[in-house]
Amino acid sequence: MYRYVIKRLLFLIPTILGVTLIIYAVMSITPGDPGRAMLGTSALQADVDAYNAALGYNLPFPIKYFNYVKAMVIDQDFGFSYLTKQPVFDEIWPRFLETLKLAFLGVFIAASVGIPFGIYAAVKQYSLWDTVPSLVAFFMAAFPSFVLGLLFLYFFSLKLNLLPSYGIGSFEHYIMPALAISIPPAAQNMRFTKSSMLEAIRQDYVRTARAKGAAERTVVWKHALRNALLPVVTQIGLSLGVLIAGAVVAEKIFSIPGIGSLIVDRIAYKDEPVIIAGTILISICFTLVMLLVDIIYAFVDPRIRAKYSNTKG
Amino acid sequence: MNPQKVESTTVDNFKRPSQTKEIWRRFSKSKGAVIGFVLFSIIAIMLLAADFIVPYEAAIKQDFTQQLAAPSREHFFGTDGYGRDAFARLLHGGRTSLSIALLATFSSAVLGSALGAISGYFGGKVDSFIMRSLDIFMSVPDILFTMAVVYALGANFTNLLFALTLAYFTNYVRLVRSQVLNLAEQDYVEAARAGGSGSTRIILSHIIPNAVGVIIVNTTLNVAKIILYESTLSFLGLGMPPPQPEWGLMLSEAREFMRTAPWLMFFPSAAIVITAASINLMGDGLRDALDPHLKS
Repeated sequence: MYRYVIKRLLFLIPTILGVTLIIYAVMSITPGDPGRAMLGTSALQADVDAYNAALGYNLPFPIKYFNYVKAMVIDQDFGFSYLTKQPVFDEIWPRFLETLKLAFLGVFIAASVGIPFGIYAAVKQYSLWDTVPSLVAFFMAAFPSFVLGLLFLYFFSLKLNLLPSYGIGSFEHYIMPALAISIPPAAQNMRFTKSSMLEAIRQDYVRTARAKGAAERTVVWKHALRNALLPVVTQIGLSLGVLIAGAVVAEKIFSIPGIGSLIVDRIAYKDEPVIIAGTILISICFTLVMLLVDIIYAFVDPRIRAKYSNTKG
Repeated sequence: MNPQKVESTTVDNFKRPSQTKEIWRRFSKSKGAVIGFVLFSIIAIMLLAADFIVPYEAAIKQDFTQQLAAPSREHFFGTDGYGRDAFARLLHGGRTSLSIALLATFSSAVLGSALGAISGYFGGKVDSFIMRSLDIFMSVPDILFTMAVVYALGANFTNLLFALTLAYFTNYVRLVRSQVLNLAEQDYVEAARAGGSGSTRIILSHIIPNAVGVIIVNTTLNVAKIILYESTLSFLGLGMPPPQPEWGLMLSEAREFMRTAPWLMFFPSAAIVITAASINLMGDGLRDALDPHLKS
């Protein structure tokens, strides 16, 4: 088992390097001019050239990339923002934590609403407990987060005056953005859990359990559910991608100072250091969560556990 | 002494027409699928005929005497902050969104399926190289990747298409690979190989036709996903350059006038949701029709 965990942890290194490379390479397609951006339009060309040379901006791409990663890993140095002239890391870190808070709230809601409804819909297939939630989930899967966010804003803030429309002052501020980003993945989780549970209920071991006279409740909760929830673990990890997209728009709509809205705002100013660093930071976080999901999966799935304990080491 | 010939004359002639008919029968029996199909057909026809219903000129012509007009006989869905006809913008914007979504779905399906088939069929080093690269590629969240690509290349139709293709082909690689791994073990593939068929022939005439059902279902559902996704990008200001209309862009402009002209927000929202829902209905119906054993 440890072998599996170590193998996955080691794969983290090429993954993070690869992710950084992809983002850095994509962003290098447009030639920038950091000297001009930092020193302003009135600066002398000679000063700009000197600045770029000192920064190593004229070096070949592989060396530039290597220097970027080196500074990033060793000093958490992501350079300076073109817009604010502040160190990028100091700017993005607090906003990153804000996004993290919102995203995990979203994952929590999406899982705790989606999974129980999914299980119940499968157990009570064709009853009202199945048809109504399934129908709701079906329609909710067609709503993008930004449409939900705008509609919430209109009805709950503007019309009913129940919730604050922007900012992060109190708990109430998080209700609408968290719901807007968690409803589409909650719908996905529900649909996925239901089909996974339906499949588990039809398996031979469930029939065997019934045949040997186990109570229906034991059959459902002990035999079917435990197997049905395995793929759901992966599904929750995958729904994080949808949530990140949702978080970007929710931050824009509800003026939450998160990293997603920061990136979108800085795109307009061509503030590349912030865009690159923000994208890398979210991607690394995403990678870590996916790794965690894989490891949890391996621990709860006896098949993977068996595969790695049979082999030596 | 030619096993392929026997197969292609007998099996093809007897099986194929009846199977298609059978799939169509199952599809048309499902209420949801038919509703989705009809809704989507209406939407598609309206978008295709947009030029005949209301000229493109009305979607971009600014008229400051007609700002934020309420829905009326003249302007079915009212006018926006620049006095442009919202109905015209909705139709012409939908055309852009839907064509990007369809093209991006198609190109990502082709690219992803090809890579998945190669990966699954050849296995070994090729497979682990493709899959490991894919793992890394998928570690960048889709939204950020597309944002970066659109930022770097500039926002226009081709670049959006390119970015969305790269964001979505990954699904197909995994899907087709697992299908191929599964199918490659089937007896008829073994038989074809024993009969002397080469790799290309086996992939093209045995594996792909059998994997195509799953690909079609996924492709249908992906069109809806890409529509939602593309509208999110244009909502963030990373879609087609203005003044071209787009559903997401209309919503982001409507936000400003939420208090005075909420209808500007309702119609594009409804358009996005109805289009995505109708495609999802079709996709679900297709899945049940192509794979009846999944549906109890």
